[in-house]
Amino acid sequence: MTDVIVEISGLHKAFGPLEVLKGIDLQVERGQVVCIIGPSGSGKSTLLRCVNLLEEPQQGKIVVNGNEITDEDVDIDGARRKIGMVFQSFNLFAHLTVLENLTVAQRKVLKRGKEEAERVARENLEKVGLSEKETSLPGQLSGGQQQRVAIARALSMNPDVMLFDEPTSALDPELVGDVLAVMRQLAEEGMTMLVVTHEMQFAREVADSVLFMDGGVVVEQGPPSQVIVDPQHDRTKSFLARVLDPTHSAGLD
Amino acid sequence: MALSRRRRRSAFRGAQYVLLLVIVVVFAFLANWGQIGRAFFDLDVAAAQFPDVITVALKNTIIFTALGFALGLGLGLVFALMRLSSVGAYRWFARAYIEFFRGLPALLIFLAVGVGVPIAFPDTHLPRNVSIMIALGIVSSAYMAETIRAGIQAVPRGQVEAARSLGMSPFRSMITIVIPQAFRIVLPPLANELIMLTKDSSLAFLLGTTPAQQELAQFSRQALLEAKGLTPIVVAGLCYLVITIPLSILQQRLEKKYGAGVSGGGAT
Repeated sequence: MTDVIVEISGLHKAFGPLEVLKGIDLQVERGQVVCIIGPSGSGKSTLLRCVNLLEEPQQGKIVVNGNEITDEDVDIDGARRKIGMVFQSFNLFAHLTVLENLTVAQRKVLKRGKEEAERVARENLEKVGLSEKETSLPGQLSGGQQQRVAIARALSMNPDVMLFDEPTSALDPELVGDVLAVMRQLAEEGMTMLVVTHEMQFAREVADSVLFMDGGVVVEQGPPSQVIVDPQHDRTKSFLARVLDPTHSAGLD
Repeated sequence: MALSRRRRRSAFRGAQYVLLLVIVVVFAFLANWGQIGRAFFDLDVAAAQFPDVITVALKNTIIFTALGFALGLGLGLVFALMRLSSVGAYRWFARAYIEFFRGLPALLIFLAVGVGVPIAFPDTHLPRNVSIMIALGIVSSAYMAETIRAGIQAVPRGQVEAARSLGMSPFRSMITIVIPQAFRIVLPPLANELIMLTKDSSLAFLLGTTPAQQELAQFSRQALLEAKGLTPIVVAGLCYLVITIPLSILQQRLEKKYGAGVSGGGAT
């Protein structure tokens, strides 16, 4: 039996006259890791941001765990509690310590007590390997550490699904590995993940399914062994050529 | 002979020191120090100011300023939020309030509260401290509303997105995430406003006083009538500095403490 947790159908999104998503359909099963790849401007981040309604689509339907996010009358705050989001620029709360970043929503939104919230927070900090940083402010951490804290913050809400919006794109190259290692571990634990990324190696090894987007449509979707290793469409081929070997493919289109 | 850059710099600095020295020497010889001393700082007159200048005047200045600032901060926050409201009527009303009161001299506002309110509402008898609080609150709220609004808008958008993504309501995000950061950002202009308000509290005399209600400016004016020379003014001036300089130091401390807690942009 397949257990679909995210179901997107006929999704359209435009910013003014600019049509960014031109009818997207996607199904994600519980425990799956779906990587969304594609050139910048292809709409992949917008697609991800629609899943927790940070962007409101004009048309189409999104259902997450039986909850129709696109319904005008949905309790969107309630739905977002179950959808973890990790941003490219981390967006840790700058005025709160690491531990407070992890407890504030647990306490104010889930109404957990201080002790329980801190216990959950410490478990998740340990998971991302930053137990010793709980009293630091975000500004005192490296980008890689901030992103791992951001992942721990999202996990502390016990989400059903995690969204990652280019989680390693703002990081110095030597810090990318730590964040990817945490994400890989999450995937192994069975977390459902939608990941917008340029890390082809990660997508190839961790993803159950890869989505190649260009110009607001899904050009190609399938297991990584197909989409990344043996792409069928010319647009996918040329994109992968540029990403995998940037120095030798300038001007190739 | 061409000078090296280093030599030119040190020669220029040397010239400035020489000029300063000349000015100081000329001033020291020309001034009649006895006369100046008697006019500005007569020890007997100064001593006669105590203890009332502290126990009454300084205390009242601090009380008036604190009351006015508290009201101004509260009103300022409300009007800042109204300026950012999605309801047009709120935005327009806040805009009108801010433009109106920001453009008026504090003196007129004090007269309006002190003279206008008793005429308009003959049955209300506001305690004098409340009148002062209202006047100073109105004076400062218009400025603070604009300052706080700018602070709220300076908090990176990603902070709200992160808060909303964790399931916080717009109101909760504003209270828990945005406003605390906004206040850290606007700490310097708010401290500035507090110092300006300390001085504006000198307008309290427009609302009429008994001797026990005098603040620094009026106290020194009263003392001026009895003393020959400006000593009471100097004493009052020093008392103002006793308030404002610690405020500046506190402001620097707070900025240093919260410096690490201000998000440095980078959010999309």
